[in-house]
Amino acid sequence: MLNNIQEFYNILPLIIIGGLILVSLIIEMYSESSEKILPWLSIIGFLFVGIYSLVEVGRTSIVLQNMLATGGVVNIFWLIFNITAAIVCLLSINYIKKYGAYYGEYYIIIQTSVLGMMLMAGAKDLIVIFLGLEVMSISFYVLAGFNRNRSSANEASLKYFLLGAFATGFLVYGIALIYGKATTTSIDAISLNFSALSGNVLFLTGVLLFLIGFSFKIAAFPFHMWVPDVYQGSPTTVAGLFSTAGKAAGFSALIVTFAALFGGPHGHLFTPYLSAIAVFSMLFGSIVAIMQTDIKRMLAYSSIAHAGYMLIGLASGNIDGVAGIIFYLAAYSFMNLAAFGIVSILEGKEETNLDLDSYAGLGTRSPFIAGLFALIMFALAGIPPFAGFFGKYYVFIAAIKSDLTWLAMVGILSSMISVYFYLRLVVIMYFKSSETEDKVSYTASEIIAVVIAVVFVIILGLAPGSFIDLVTKFL
Amino acid sequence: MTLEIVLFVIFALVCLVSGILMVTRVNPVISALFLVVNFGSLAGLYLTLNAQFIAVAQVIIYAGAIMVFFLFVIMLINPEHEKRFLEYKPQLKIFAVAIAVLVFLQIAYIILFSKPSEGVSREVAASVKAGTIEQIGRELFTKYVLPFEAVGYLLLSAAIGALVLAKKKFK
Amino acid sequence: MLTEFGKVFAFILTAVMFVLIAVFAAKLIRPARPTKEKLTTYECGENPEGSPWVKFNIRFYVVALIFLIFDVEVVMLIPWALVYQDSGMLGFLVGAIFLILLGLGMAYEWRKGDLEWARPKITPLVLTKTEPPEEKQEKELNLGE
Repeated sequence: MLNNIQEFYNILPLIIIGGLILVSLIIEMYSESSEKILPWLSIIGFLFVGIYSLVEVGRTSIVLQNMLATGGVVNIFWLIFNITAAIVCLLSINYIKKYGAYYGEYYIIIQTSVLGMMLMAGAKDLIVIFLGLEVMSISFYVLAGFNRNRSSANEASLKYFLLGAFATGFLVYGIALIYGKATTTSIDAISLNFSALSGNVLFLTGVLLFLIGFSFKIAAFPFHMWVPDVYQGSPTTVAGLFSTAGKAAGFSALIVTFAALFGGPHGHLFTPYLSAIAVFSMLFGSIVAIMQTDIKRMLAYSSIAHAGYMLIGLASGNIDGVAGIIFYLAAYSFMNLAAFGIVSILEGKEETNLDLDSYAGLGTRSPFIAGLFALIMFALAGIPPFAGFFGKYYVFIAAIKSDLTWLAMVGILSSMISVYFYLRLVVIMYFKSSETEDKVSYTASEIIAVVIAVVFVIILGLAPGSFIDLVTKFL
Repeated sequence: MTLEIVLFVIFALVCLVSGILMVTRVNPVISALFLVVNFGSLAGLYLTLNAQFIAVAQVIIYAGAIMVFFLFVIMLINPEHEKRFLEYKPQLKIFAVAIAVLVFLQIAYIILFSKPSEGVSREVAASVKAGTIEQIGRELFTKYVLPFEAVGYLLLSAAIGALVLAKKKFK
Repeated sequence: MLTEFGKVFAFILTAVMFVLIAVFAAKLIRPARPTKEKLTTYECGENPEGSPWVKFNIRFYVVALIFLIFDVEVVMLIPWALVYQDSGMLGFLVGAIFLILLGLGMAYEWRKGDLEWARPKITPLVLTKTEPPEEKQEKELNLGE
């Protein structure tokens, strides 16, 4: 199984998360106050694994009979997932009490979803990608419907489950067609043999179905219909997890499957499909977001648009594009998490205070939160010097390098459209008077989580080069 | 005519007839029972292809557990409501037929026009060996260790999630 | 070439065919004169009332769900049981971890009371002088849910 002790250290993050799930389950079984212990245990575990992954980032290896890669980009993805999950747990401590889902199982299911994401990012075999995706998706379906007394949560969970299962069907069908032609599920073997296989119609159909299956998971245009309803119905912190770590996991699987082709003769084989869904996602997401009056639906459409920007990096089919996506994912994860965090702080009991108008006068009612939120909106809109700007910059540069200047132009156009609805919220917060004079109440854990995310956004915006250098070193 | 061909014809006929009956029945419980017959004949088809483990899994999981589950779900919902749903939206039937035809055409294309992949042994002895439970076990515990444990976590998360969502009273 | 499994299956098939042919032959031969009385559901002489379609308790569904999950586990364990000796301690550990995972899932369900069929609460009989015997009997019959 494992050839030496070093390989054990390389897969230690997976083992720790796996063990954490079991320990949490035992605590949940025998402790009366598990919902107080488990968030802190999860946060410690996630932080440890995240930092460990960053420290061990240089040790690249392929372990467990060519099933899993560790080190390098994989560890950077593990870092993103774990830090994101830790922030979500910190935000949830107070929120799920308010939301009516105050149970220890909530954190166990977040842990299993992170395990699935980590498997997806490290996969070297299509079977591992599929299993990782299923572990993550099943956890997500449960998280979406955690409060069973709310019909909106039930609707979100059911919709997510049905459409997700449909997408997984596409994915498995695609994998079956790929296996039928290539007679292997190993990603390396398929990429090596790609020239011989790429002439086959069935093989290409398989790869296309694989891409379609993942288009669902990353919420790209023709397969986006679940996003607004699911984000609106599920707990706000969980919607934050779906839109950040879930999207990052989908992109990580696309990167591990397609990155080997980039730079080779077939690097641009799927550019037409990818650029088409990128264009439609960006424009559709940005334009429809303008018409939204509910903040969670607005963030959902903005998440569709951001999937489009990231797909530009994949469509450009070169290493710069991949590095750009990874930077974009890291930046977007922290921006969006902070945005959902603030929405969860302001949300009242029974889904109140989710209208855009309920943010009126926030600038005077709670200047600190309003300031943070304005900063995040600027970052999401892609205004320099925040991280969002550099994410877009890197993927657009990668597209221009691959002679896809028109795609970059569409991206810039869409960013300009999106500035409108992000800044509209800032205008509402500062220049519209509110009916209430209530101060916003929040607990320390929530505000610390938001501040941490904002600090990451600022750091990534101030020093984007060092992160990009770290990523490109391993590509 | 060898025994295999006789068995194939029997299973294929049973499979086809039960499939058509399953789709055309009005009562969902009778449909579900025809689905059991369909699953059973599929298991027989797998056996004629020397895929013993898959045949066993088909019987235990599909004809056993999933059918029990189907029947309970049918008993749980109100079928009258579902009937009206189809009457309101007859275009759903057209959609379903279109998808079925599409999948059928694709499989027909695979069978009729595509060449078998290189590296696939067509020897009967090799296929018998590959299909045995011992061989699958050996592969599962050497090469596929990680997917095997991942399946463990998948089932664990599914079990916890199912209880969280379906339990009558929480806590 | 038919494998050993195939032969067993052929026997099962023959058995099924026996039943099917017998039922079908009987249907051909027997006289069929249905009346309204004959076609109604047999209910011990009473006229059936209402739909027999009762909604099942959700507990059945939970049990079916748990059964489904553990059925998959059983199928995964069949190959392990056959070959774990070949790969020594390591092969045993691989299966053991899998079993621990599923065992913990089972323990969780047990601990959380999902395997319990809401049992009727039996109030202990307390005989006091002030309580007349009729009331005591009523208390005994008052079975929880």
